[in-house]
Amino acid sequence: MSAAMDASVGHTMGASRRGFLKAASLAAGGLALEFTLPAMAAMAAAPVAQAPGAAPSPEVTAWLLVQSDESVIIRIARAEMGQGTLTGLAQLVAEELECDWAKVRFELVKPGVNRARARVWRDMGTGGSRGIRGSQDYVRKAGAAARSMLVSAAAQQWSVPAAECSVDRGTIRHAASNRTTTYGAVAEAASKLTIPENVVLKDPSQWRIAGKPLKRLDTADKLDGSLVYGMDLRLPGMIVALPKACPVHGGKLVSFDKAAVMKMPGVRDVLQVDDATVAVLADRFWQAKRALDALPIVWDKGANASVSSESIATMIREGLQGDTPFVGNRQGDAKAQLATASRVIEADYGTPFQNHAPMEPLSATVQWTPQRCDVWAPTQVAEAALAAVADAAGLDIAACEVHPMRIGGSFGRRLATDYLAMAVRIARQRPGVPVKMMWTREEDMLQGRFHPVTQCRLRATLDAQGRIAAMHMRIAGQSITAFVNPKAITANGDATVFQGLLGESAEGQFGYEIPHLLIDHAMRNPHVRPGYWRGVNTNQNAIYSECFIDELAHAAGKDPFEFRKLHMAKRPKHLAVLQAVADRAGWGKPAAKGVFRGIAQYMGFGSYTAAVAEVTVKDGQLRVLRIVAATDPGHVVNPQQVEAQVAGSFVYGLGAALFGGNTVKDGAIAETNFDTYGVMRLYDMPAVEVIVMPSGGFWGGVGEPTIAVAAPAVLNAVFAATGKRIRQLPLKDTDLAKA
Amino acid sequence: MTELNVNNRQLRADVDGDTPLLWVLREELQLTGTKYGCGVAQCGACTVHMDGVAMRSCVVPVSALPATAKIVTIEGLGQTRLKVVQEAWAELDVAQCGYCQPGMIMAAAALIAQTPDPSDDDIRSGITNICRCGTYPRVLAATRLAAQRLRGAGAAR
Repeated sequence: MSAAMDASVGHTMGASRRGFLKAASLAAGGLALEFTLPAMAAMAAAPVAQAPGAAPSPEVTAWLLVQSDESVIIRIARAEMGQGTLTGLAQLVAEELECDWAKVRFELVKPGVNRARARVWRDMGTGGSRGIRGSQDYVRKAGAAARSMLVSAAAQQWSVPAAECSVDRGTIRHAASNRTTTYGAVAEAASKLTIPENVVLKDPSQWRIAGKPLKRLDTADKLDGSLVYGMDLRLPGMIVALPKACPVHGGKLVSFDKAAVMKMPGVRDVLQVDDATVAVLADRFWQAKRALDALPIVWDKGANASVSSESIATMIREGLQGDTPFVGNRQGDAKAQLATASRVIEADYGTPFQNHAPMEPLSATVQWTPQRCDVWAPTQVAEAALAAVADAAGLDIAACEVHPMRIGGSFGRRLATDYLAMAVRIARQRPGVPVKMMWTREEDMLQGRFHPVTQCRLRATLDAQGRIAAMHMRIAGQSITAFVNPKAITANGDATVFQGLLGESAEGQFGYEIPHLLIDHAMRNPHVRPGYWRGVNTNQNAIYSECFIDELAHAAGKDPFEFRKLHMAKRPKHLAVLQAVADRAGWGKPAAKGVFRGIAQYMGFGSYTAAVAEVTVKDGQLRVLRIVAATDPGHVVNPQQVEAQVAGSFVYGLGAALFGGNTVKDGAIAETNFDTYGVMRLYDMPAVEVIVMPSGGFWGGVGEPTIAVAAPAVLNAVFAATGKRIRQLPLKDTDLAKA
Repeated sequence: MTELNVNNRQLRADVDGDTPLLWVLREELQLTGTKYGCGVAQCGACTVHMDGVAMRSCVVPVSALPATAKIVTIEGLGQTRLKVVQEAWAELDVAQCGYCQPGMIMAAAALIAQTPDPSDDDIRSGITNICRCGTYPRVLAATRLAAQRLRGAGAAR
């Protein structure tokens, strides 16, 4: 052991002893049996602290426990990666439960337990901005059912009708006899009652906890460094593993010279993980990193070794012409109209690969034995993760468990389970030894699941009044589905490429009425592995359509906002958010000298969004000064967290559009760290004013939708400032100083 | 054997001299609040204070530290400035995923120490840490708030 620290032995011992005691008290102190973990791991996976000696607290229902000290533990099945879903779900449960919000804690559900209990917590997947909207109905019902049971338990003790009892913040009162009791006092009795099947939910207008800008439940341990992320986990006897996979996706590992590094300090082993990956095992990260960097490796880079960004662009560009059977939206006959039109406005656009680059690189800690496999890891898809783990472990799924951890950013990267299977394959070669697999940032950059690369050709013609008479939008490029789930590709192609461009759709309806419209797709899949990147296909679809609409407004000699409105008479919700940002930004009134505006709207993930950007361009330098953004997600559970998500969307979306972009050289991603993969920093951050305007009647997403309008609003403002259309992203590749 | 003064404790770690301070803190001293984000001093998740100045610990070999260096990490609670910054962070609910936030807080605290009354431009230029969730607007506001409170506390003394 290299961690000899004479002066700090007490300190170190103290830390682990405290951890053990905390974990032990968790296990002994009344958590439901299924949530009991190996001692050290409990620290990370179950952040609920419990007073020593607290009475055992049974489940009222699977969704919540009420403790004798009146604290309420709400179970969270969806992943928390910063987007605030955890707090929002707790608010929805607490709203119907009528408990004291100040006493609410949380606990993360495990997929193996969910499976063993017939999926009592239902879907654990967290993607597509579905965390709240996909579970709001049943989590509210869970809170209402528990309230009903707690009240019934009190009423039975008092021998009064439950209907005569009222609840206020966890205190049950029978007014006629002037008796009160608390949730904590009747929780045990309530837990023995039958869960009511039919409960009545409050109208959102009656909400007191949901709908309010409450602080997040999961903040304190993020501010003092005590939150244990996947990268921070430490188990007794643990060693670390750093993998390196063939930098060209699809390439193979031929050989490696283990002897060259085995004598380096701390190195335990060098082993083949799969047909493309080698890993160094060592006592410490730095020891493993040093050895991995020094390890001679021979790759067979395969057929893609000479692929470049240019060759990929050429392949995709070929898909911009000719026919394709994959149609997303068809009204009238756009092709015929365009063939005979006297004036056709035409433009080609393109957007690059983007890496998720979450701040916490990928990791997973695995303990594998021939009988059992436990994995502690951040994941957005706990149930799929469990299945992937069982498969890689060669064990029955009932002999495996994934202990989900709070996630240091993800943005879609951990919807894939590649890193979990990889970690299990490593740990299988060290039976009984906990192995923490950590990816370097370089590995994260090279082995991402990239935002798909696409191009778009747009052609349109205007009628005599300057409205769009016909438009054809041909998207060509990569399909995520073709890589992730090829069986889902049908004769109609991949429907998901048309996000936000559909006809009638509650998920993403195209914002404009155009009499002759054709939106179609030509699939061209390069070898770089794609994935779901925050906003997914709405990102490029909004850039293509909203920048081109701006071009058409210019061609029609009309104001871009007024021009859009001409086509939105049958899109009142799309128009409402657009109108809101125009009003707030002072659209139509002069901006300050040198300041120029751009506007955009889009619908995605069930929500309506719009933005106005204000920019300056001086000496070729773009500065985004101000963003006014609006979103109508139907219902809002926590307005200040919605505001945080919208502001964050602009960081993520603009960072990619302005500074990001991944390129391919010799078959591999060329950007290996944040020195070459540009992201937005505080210096670049515009002021973001967020208008949260829920119109009710539907539940839309929040985490992703607003990204779509970030880039087009700014690019349209850049045109206003410079007269230059930026049609190829990222913008950093264009010299704005050249007219 | 390397000697270190971390959070006002004199500690010893048996590591190779080229090991970055980050990994000594994280793996030898179990101070995992200091995060690994890039390893090339780009992201600032590993920010600590050395003698009161913000430093990216992922590229500093432990052998390069002066013998007298005093290191403070996010776990160095009880230090007024850090505490006030953390409280401002909590009040404005800054954190999203939280992974970059210890580094942000350390950067903000060091900035305020050097520039007690920072302008927005001072903060924008002075805190170059990366946050992928997009907490920047609240980082800016919380840094302003913490600076204001610390100036008030200074005036009261």
